[in-house]
Amino acid sequence: MPESLELVVNGEPRSLEVEARTLLVNALRDDLGLTGTHVGCDTSQCGACTVLLDGRAVKSCTVLALQAEGMEITTIEGLARDGELHPIQRAFVEHHGLQCGFCTPGMILTTSDLLSRDSDPSDDEIRGALRGNLCRCTGYQTVVESVRAAGAALRSGESS
Amino acid sequence: MIPASVSYVRASDIDHALELLEAPEARVLAGGQSLLPVMKLRIARPELVVDISRLPLRGVGLGGEELRVGPLTTWDELASSPELRRPDLEAIAECARRIGDLQVRNRGTIGGSLAHADPASDMPAVLIAMGARLHVRSQKGERALSVSDLFVGPFQTVLEHGELITEITVPVPAEGSGSAYVSVEHPASGFALAGAAALVTPETERVALTGITASPFLLPEGADPEAALADVDVLGDHYAPTEYRRHLATVVVGRALAAARARVAEAGA
Repeated sequence: MPESLELVVNGEPRSLEVEARTLLVNALRDDLGLTGTHVGCDTSQCGACTVLLDGRAVKSCTVLALQAEGMEITTIEGLARDGELHPIQRAFVEHHGLQCGFCTPGMILTTSDLLSRDSDPSDDEIRGALRGNLCRCTGYQTVVESVRAAGAALRSGESS
Repeated sequence: MIPASVSYVRASDIDHALELLEAPEARVLAGGQSLLPVMKLRIARPELVVDISRLPLRGVGLGGEELRVGPLTTWDELASSPELRRPDLEAIAECARRIGDLQVRNRGTIGGSLAHADPASDMPAVLIAMGARLHVRSQKGERALSVSDLFVGPFQTVLEHGELITEITVPVPAEGSGSAYVSVEHPASGFALAGAAALVTPETERVALTGITASPFLLPEGADPEAALADVDVLGDHYAPTEYRRHLATVVVGRALAAARARVAEAGA
């Protein structure tokens, strides 16, 4: 039996009807059409489905949509502003933080959580934070470089 | 993969949760990081999930002789809790930081993990070494039990249907104590192949182990770890055969004790 659900997705209030068993990732992709959130392993390992739930990175394949009632969700679609890439997105582009790009939305949203806590993490802290995001193109080194650059960009934005 | 059809109710308060949990096939849903994966695999097929995640059962409080931890406190909150930045309680934060990954630590709760009772779960070793107690409530009443008495076997606890964990309390160790948690993890799953928690106080040294047996357990106080482990019925699988796990257990016990003693020394310096 469908139940009504209110979410704030990328800053916009959204109302939808979901079954109790609907996973957040399916609500985002199938009901709201936000297919930038990817399903990789579907078993809470790979992190491709990572979104921000009230600012914290979560694996949306392992959250019931109803658990997010009233909460703020940020997906990869919600980062760019007025056609301008978010500094984290730009850093991934400029530092080749992706090859095929499948894992990238999750990588970027986990990075957002990390940098919101500490915009100048060590490489070890970056690798630790991204442990739950798997890349099968073996792009980890450039991912770390991208996160480092994103932190620098955010810091220079803060100080300007 | 999606779970089988299920009903969902968000509990409005603890009494509401306890009432809902009386239903025959009801399960508690907290952070969902253990329950949802087994529901997706349809290993668990509850008829009702009772979402307790918004109940006021969250947070870390240090007062007098006791550390009080709400069962809905997430691993991430424990990992960064200022109350745990002291030599005697450090093992709790140290252990929380090693669990899962950032996303799992943002959602996963200490109470949910205890109730799930995965034999390779890290935190039970710490709580057992520190002599923690669990406070549970049901419509029948409330009771308290030692965490060392919680586990019956893999994914089995003494918690009865309808019971909800409402608090975890840890006695604050005597002045001049230190604690530590050390594990060797399966490199893919991150679960402990062997994990040891040590609490070193001026009077005694207590060590508890996880990952090597069906349930976490306390080594006899004062016993030589290697001798004590020789008689333990250690699990084995193709990742970590019995003798290898037994060896790892002695290694992590030694490291945990050394780390806890070093914290005692640091605190006294």
